[in-house]
Amino acid sequence: LRESAAIARLRLPVRERCPACASTAVAETLLPERGTLWTWTTQGFEPKSPPYVADGEFVPFAVGYVEFPGCLRVEGRLTESDPARLRIGMPMRVVAVDHAGIASYAFARDEDAR
Amino acid sequence: VSAVEIAIVGAGIYPFGRHEGVTGMAMGVHAARDALADAGVAWDDVQFAYGGSEDAGNADTMVADLGPTGVPFINVKNGCATGGSSLVSRSRRCSPARTRSASSSDSTSTSAAHFQNDPADWSLPAWYGEIGLMVTTQFFGAKLQRYMHDYAIPTDTLAQVAEKAFANGSITPHAWRRRALSADEILTSQMLADPLTQYMLCSPGEGGAALVVCRREYLSRLPEARPIWLRSVSLRTRRAGSFEVFSPSLGLEIADSPTVDASRAVFEAAGVGPTRRRRRAGTGHGVGSGADPSRRMRPVRARRTDRVVRARSHAHRRRPAGEHGRRLPRQRRAGGRVRPAPGLRGGDAATRRGGRAPGSGEPTVGFTQVYGAPGVSACTVVSR
Repeated sequence: LRESAAIARLRLPVRERCPACASTAVAETLLPERGTLWTWTTQGFEPKSPPYVADGEFVPFAVGYVEFPGCLRVEGRLTESDPARLRIGMPMRVVAVDHAGIASYAFARDEDAR
Repeated sequence: VSAVEIAIVGAGIYPFGRHEGVTGMAMGVHAARDALADAGVAWDDVQFAYGGSEDAGNADTMVADLGPTGVPFINVKNGCATGGSSLVSRSRRCSPARTRSASSSDSTSTSAAHFQNDPADWSLPAWYGEIGLMVTTQFFGAKLQRYMHDYAIPTDTLAQVAEKAFANGSITPHAWRRRALSADEILTSQMLADPLTQYMLCSPGEGGAALVVCRREYLSRLPEARPIWLRSVSLRTRRAGSFEVFSPSLGLEIADSPTVDASRAVFEAAGVGPTRRRRRAGTGHGVGSGADPSRRMRPVRARRTDRVVRARSHAHRRRPAGEHGRRLPRQRRAGGRVRPAPGLRGGDAATRRGGRAPGSGEPTVGFTQVYGAPGVSACTVVSR
């Protein structure tokens, strides 16, 4: 995650240049741990491989964008896959996950992550 | 020279569907030959060509079957907007004064490797695909989920949009999906990307479409032609803040999508708007559409396109316009997979409709819109 020094524009993943001014004077910054669910959907079938790396037997999962106030919205897998337990605006929290040996992140419902 | 100096004089299609054992290139050649025959011109007459395909290789290699005439042939690759982009390119190419007369053709198709994207091709890190985020349906589901939340659109609307598309397909000879489905069947089909079920999303398919276009002056050589005029074309890519497919992150300020930008531009340039038909008043255009055949985003696009001219209708929330015989005549074809450059397919459909004998109920103005990853929109307005 980087932002240019001149224009506080954040983006993920890390790129060489600021998306707004193309400056290479960018710096990494840490996101807050908590945000809110901005939108979500489900992945009801196994994604094509490649690029997908299977992690055992496929289980449908949910993905979403979590909004970090004052920062940006980040896309990621959700640890909760039941649509009935997902609601736009609900508090979410970043968690570290392992997907088939790939260290990654996901978003959990804040109340579940406590 | 404005775009209205460009006429579509021929259209050809290799119907979309699953065609085991037929190469994409062969489908493209079939469509091109059909379009040439429709126009009454020979491949030798074609002065330049644009073409593209998402998965079937380089369109310019079709000259092996069409004839290596030395024609300048430019490959286009703009995702699902490839066909529309080709048409935009052709109309631009027709514009310079130095090109006195010209016609062109192109075609598109896909192979079996649908929607298998390499993150590196999209300037994305490998992990994005590896953990399962490189899936286009996720974008449509997530965008609709938010849109329906913001505008209080019920899920039934999505089913009705799909129902309409299947109904239109059932009466269209070259449609891929010919069986009408009820809203109930659509709603209860497999959930793929909440809120989108299997029948709300396009199914991957293969096919080809081609158009022959020429400048106004060239029409004198085509006495049989029933030209459809390209009133305007537009092509836009995403701006900072628009919510597009394959976006690992988004800024907090959301900008209009390229679909909105391109639609606005094309209607402004054409001097017409996506108004509802007003038969009694006699003031509205009969706007037919060869628009993006993807059922998945129709409510969003219909609303956004309407918003451009402040002609927003609430009616489509419950009852989408566009089924044949309803208020707004649209493309009479079930959406198959959009990927193979549907701008051309839309163009083909709009041309076929536009080419019909003028009469009550037939549209005089057509609109096409196609969206491609990672945030490209190409639009046309055509008229008799």
